[in-house]
Amino acid sequence: MLLEVRDLHVEFRTRDGVAKAVNGVTYSVDAGETLAVLGESGSGKSVTAQAVMGILDTPPGKITGGEILFQGKDLLTFKEEERRKVRGAQMAMIFQDALSSLNPVLSVGDQLGEMFTVHRGLSRKDARTKAVELMDRVRIPAASQRVRDYPHQFSGGMRQRIMIAMALALEPALIIADEPTTALDVTVQAQVMDLLAELQRELNMGLILITHDLGVVADVADKIAVMYAGRIVESAPVHDIYKAPAHPYTKGLLESIPRLDQKGRELYAIKGLPPNLMNIPPGCAFNPRCPMAQDICRTDVPPLAEVDEDRRSACYFWRETLDARND
Amino acid sequence: MPAMTKTAEPILEVTGLVKHYPLTQGILFKKQVGAVRAVDGVDFALGAGETLGIVGESGCGKSTVAKMLVNLEKPTAGTIKYKGEDITKMSGRALKAVRRNIQMVFQDPYTSLNPRMTVGDIIGEPYEIHPEVAPKGDRRQKVQDLLDVVGLNPEYINRYPHQFSGGQRQRIGIARGLALRPEIIVADEPVSALDVSVQAQVINLLDRLQSEFDLSYVFIAHDLSIVRHISDRVGVMYLGRIVEIGRDAEIYDHPTHPYTQALLSAVPVPDPEAREHRERIILTGDVPSPANPPSGCRFRTRCWKAQERCELEVPLLAVPAEFRLTTDPTAHDSACHFAEEKHVVPTDDLDDGVK
Repeated sequence: MLLEVRDLHVEFRTRDGVAKAVNGVTYSVDAGETLAVLGESGSGKSVTAQAVMGILDTPPGKITGGEILFQGKDLLTFKEEERRKVRGAQMAMIFQDALSSLNPVLSVGDQLGEMFTVHRGLSRKDARTKAVELMDRVRIPAASQRVRDYPHQFSGGMRQRIMIAMALALEPALIIADEPTTALDVTVQAQVMDLLAELQRELNMGLILITHDLGVVADVADKIAVMYAGRIVESAPVHDIYKAPAHPYTKGLLESIPRLDQKGRELYAIKGLPPNLMNIPPGCAFNPRCPMAQDICRTDVPPLAEVDEDRRSACYFWRETLDARND
Repeated sequence: MPAMTKTAEPILEVTGLVKHYPLTQGILFKKQVGAVRAVDGVDFALGAGETLGIVGESGCGKSTVAKMLVNLEKPTAGTIKYKGEDITKMSGRALKAVRRNIQMVFQDPYTSLNPRMTVGDIIGEPYEIHPEVAPKGDRRQKVQDLLDVVGLNPEYINRYPHQFSGGQRQRIGIARGLALRPEIIVADEPVSALDVSVQAQVINLLDRLQSEFDLSYVFIAHDLSIVRHISDRVGVMYLGRIVEIGRDAEIYDHPTHPYTQALLSAVPVPDPEAREHRERIILTGDVPSPANPPSGCRFRTRCWKAQERCELEVPLLAVPAEFRLTTDPTAHDSACHFAEEKHVVPTDDLDDGVK
């Protein structure tokens, strides 16, 4: 296994109290595989990724438990110096907002080249050649001229391509893409996702795709982990989850999105709001919004139960949830 | 025009709407060196009780259209007729009366509510400008009724915006839009800032309010699935123009404009089974700058069908000649010289009029 996150806990200590952002997340991704981490804002999907990358703001953030095994070694035991060698070279991240992730006062060529001068000790001139190659690879037209341009001179889609180029620079084994296409228009989103999927296949990388978009997930993922209030509530191969979700939250999400191919009546709406992380409800965090909640859900935290070999659901009533879909 | 509205007389009729923002050079002696053609000739009609969806990518001019409809921007040219009267020529009392009837709901519930005002003051503010709608003593009650209508606790009247979540704030924005009992609501991306599970709540609310208050909606969004869900008719915009417009099934199940087809095929469908047998049209390049749009058809620089004619001749928004004699759903307005039906959205029953 390329990456295994085991029972990860992350808290944020703030003036107003402790926000439990990640409460025991376990997931894994293999080389050449795409794992989609699906969740709404505040579900802990990005914080988990930041912990894996080792870019969590500490303080206020703090990893309070768990293991992050990358190629069998626990990254949490690494010194910052060793961590830095892994980051960029062996795992890289693509952020949502390319404009604020790129340095506005350096040309894109300098920023791409920096990967090679810092990690590989290349000369500035060789690094520039490499930068042009990378820009060609992510299909930026006229790369050899545009290498001198600054981020603001590129369109949103092109900037995201540069982010992808930067992540791919050292051919890492794992890429984490945090909402890589959320800020883009649909036609450009399709271009960028296509490119990312193609490069992933070519380099046989593991890809963790963090998103809230159920459509994007269905298009590219092999397996899904659905997060809610810092926990994984369901994990499954992509086909299973869309056919028959085994957790009421997943089910609610799938039923609440309007479909392009059908004009429905009223949309199903999950009632209420996502919980405040400073004050997560006891028992199952989803219980105040859940149509199936019973007394046990309000007192005991449901464990991730095995639905079948590669499928888990953190619901006491996953059987009922599976069946309810068929009526 | 075929396949028009439910009623004969449209409540809002837009003809030849244009908005150019001048590009100037020089500080003391400003001279105009060009113009950003944000909206460049838009026509549509909105029937009473109807929802017209307008979709398009960023920069296509859809928000500028919204602003002109509620008179926040003055059009460079064109007319906006509300019940037969051109509001772009109005001023003073007449304009004020019309504005009462056309209200807006904004995209971002975090910036469109004044953080220093209570919810009661925010929702009640329209009454300050139009006191004839609610006499002073009545207002508190009216505001509480509105809170109730949009599904918020009427006791929250003295709270401030920061005490509410995104979805609740959008409900406050909607309540403010409803305060003057308008006939038309222009909603500019009303749910795009919200979480998925909250979007459905707000869409259902808008649906319910429409039948409860006999509202007509102009619903502007980039999310094609949401637009289909809520709209009776849909217009697709590209670079300042409407390229295709028709009833929702005409646009989604029988699109004839290549841009609409590309746009629809690019939308990810939440169904992994569709992944394999879906044909996707991946457009190359980006939307050209509206300061310097391509000649002829504006989509030609990204279109796989483009020929010389597209460069020379601007295609008109009308039913294409080859479909003019038919009555099936392909016969709707489409601004393409080479309009052709293409199924891009997977449907369960693919036998309804497939070629």
